Amino acid sequence: MSPARSGIVRDALGIGIASGAYALSFGAISTTAGLSVLQTCALSLLMFTGASQFAMVGVIGAGGSVWAGAATAALLGARNALYGVRLSSLLGVRGLRRAAAAQFVIDETTAMAIARDEVMDSRFAFWATGFALFALWNLGTLVGALATHALSNPRVLGLDAAPPAAFLALLAPRLRAREPFAIAIAAAVVALVALPFVPAGITLLMVAILVGLYGVLRPGGESH
Amino acid sequence: MLWAGLLTASAACYLLKLAGLSLPARLLQDARVQRTIPLVPIALLAALVATQTFSTGHHLVLDVRAAALGVAAIAVLLRAPFLVVVASAAATAALLRLL
Repeated sequence: MSPARSGIVRDALGIGIASGAYALSFGAISTTAGLSVLQTCALSLLMFTGASQFAMVGVIGAGGSVWAGAATAALLGARNALYGVRLSSLLGVRGLRRAAAAQFVIDETTAMAIARDEVMDSRFAFWATGFALFALWNLGTLVGALATHALSNPRVLGLDAAPPAAFLALLAPRLRAREPFAIAIAAAVVALVALPFVPAGITLLMVAILVGLYGVLRPGGESH
Repeated sequence: MLWAGLLTASAACYLLKLAGLSLPARLLQDARVQRTIPLVPIALLAALVATQTFSTGHHLVLDVRAAALGVAAIAVLLRAPFLVVVASAAATAALLRLL
């Protein structure tokens, strides 16, 4: 294997191991929110996009409806469509291979694929990261869910208070400029102000609509 | 009901991934779409942090979850790994409840 390829394998395994640890907390939070071990594992296998999975179980755990959770998860998954656009010419996949590749289109695989100079290295990085992540993400989820399921009361470990920390950890890397920081503060304030007055589950959709309007209507479109 | 929601949301997330790989690029390359979609997770994650820390049902509340979030924020600023951020928040809530 070329030095470039072994470097990619090393990075892919590193990302896989880190995400396996992160999946432990997903398994624990999901089980604490009231999902069964099977439901928790199904989310990691079928949804396989971290922020959406945490949002889904976070909304359910906080007493929201499963459909409010589903809508939030789908809105958070919209960014993966943009990753797909960047990856589609790079990967050159069709048919069944494209259907399989689609499940791997997430933050980490995109970052690994677009960071390469050679197209064949990009493809190798995408698949290596995808397989490593998928295996360790699902393994971590299963272990986290089984361990939490074995506890009689996960509240004793404070696990019911953990989802906001998970959301914060997912949010922080996206706040490196002034505009996203301002949007995050505004969204938090709007959500808290609206919460006592709007039906359960509508708060998050309202925030999504407002930020969508802001993005579409704001002036100075040549930013990126 | 729970299964229906989980499977529907999973299907939606998969179709969004597949759409990016399959649709003609120009549909999603509109400048406004490109700059708006990345803002959605920022707003939603921030709203989730706020509502799940400071509310129960329709009521705004201040309890151990605020302290847990504060500890998580410090862990994030120190660039701690994800699991450490989550575990430190859970441990903070657990310890404060013992007091």
